[in-house]
Amino acid sequence: MRWKPILIAAAIIVPLLALFTFGMTTDPRTVPTPLAGGEAPDFALEIMPLEGEPGSSEEEPVRVRLSDHIGDIVVVNFWASWCLPCREEHAPLMRVAETYQDRGVAFYGILYNDSPGNAQRWLEEMGGQSYPTLLDPRSRTAIDYGLYGVPETFFIGRDGRLAYKHFGPVTEQVLVEQIESLQPVGEEVGP
Amino acid sequence: MMRPVAWVVVVLALVAPMCFASIAWTMTADDAAVQESTIGVTAEQEAAQLEDPELDAVTRELASQLRCPVCQGLSIQDSPTEMAEDMKLLIREQLAEGRSAEEVKTYFIGRYGEWVLLEPKAQGLNLAVYILPALGVIFGAGLIVRSVRRWVQQNDPATDPSAH
Repeated sequence: MRWKPILIAAAIIVPLLALFTFGMTTDPRTVPTPLAGGEAPDFALEIMPLEGEPGSSEEEPVRVRLSDHIGDIVVVNFWASWCLPCREEHAPLMRVAETYQDRGVAFYGILYNDSPGNAQRWLEEMGGQSYPTLLDPRSRTAIDYGLYGVPETFFIGRDGRLAYKHFGPVTEQVLVEQIESLQPVGEEVGP
Repeated sequence: MMRPVAWVVVVLALVAPMCFASIAWTMTADDAAVQESTIGVTAEQEAAQLEDPELDAVTRELASQLRCPVCQGLSIQDSPTEMAEDMKLLIREQLAEGRSAEEVKTYFIGRYGEWVLLEPKAQGLNLAVYILPALGVIFGAGLIVRSVRRWVQQNDPATDPSAH
């Protein structure tokens, strides 16, 4: 048996196969965000009124600005009513938001590619929300955050820096872990 | 007849680089496929756009070079998703503000990573994507030629293989 051509072929094919196999195990959607570690992009978005509530007046809509939240930990969750995994993370988000609301942690939902009507109906079906959802016309903020799809959750520290981006539905464990990791050292906080 | 092992080697040697080559080709294919967008824009967007065919042309060109994050494998220009429409509008606005194509690309790379470019920048490790498929095809072709030549010689009773 002539070994040389087989060895040459193997030397090329084996690393290729290893590369492809490794590639199969990674999720192409979980590309790390280049924004991590840097300043989280600012936004000034209108709050979505809940079903039955009057919307903010046309002249001076109330806007939530990220830059007003320096000193707080901010958790931003992009979601949509047509997004199935968003249903999974709704309850954990509500629970953790309520738990941490007096500890300088602000939660905001940002609606992505959806109508307020759909979103309001969805929230009613899911049992309401414990924090406001913001409207993002033309997905400017979504693009600013490098969004691929929903759900994605961003954790912003008290200094306004983006600490971590979570792809897919977020769990109670991830929420608590990330929030705790953003508390300054020495502060005693518990769920 | 060539030994079965050699045949397996030839087939694998062709298939592997072809996979690589086809991946590289799909990434460059969008350049050749710049089409007029047939997706309707909302009345609001249409009004906002104002008449500017030159700006539209530059927008289309740039949009063809960026990957739609939602429909993987499609450029923002070709993707039918609403996200792609929003991104196209943003590109157009940034260009209208006076930003250069490079600056707009830098903005998107800063948000999505270099992955958002359909054609990876031809520098550093990315060069492998361009060079390796070419090398692979050349190598595979060489293997075929060698094997076929040997196969022909073996089958031709008039040729004495040991004389080569």
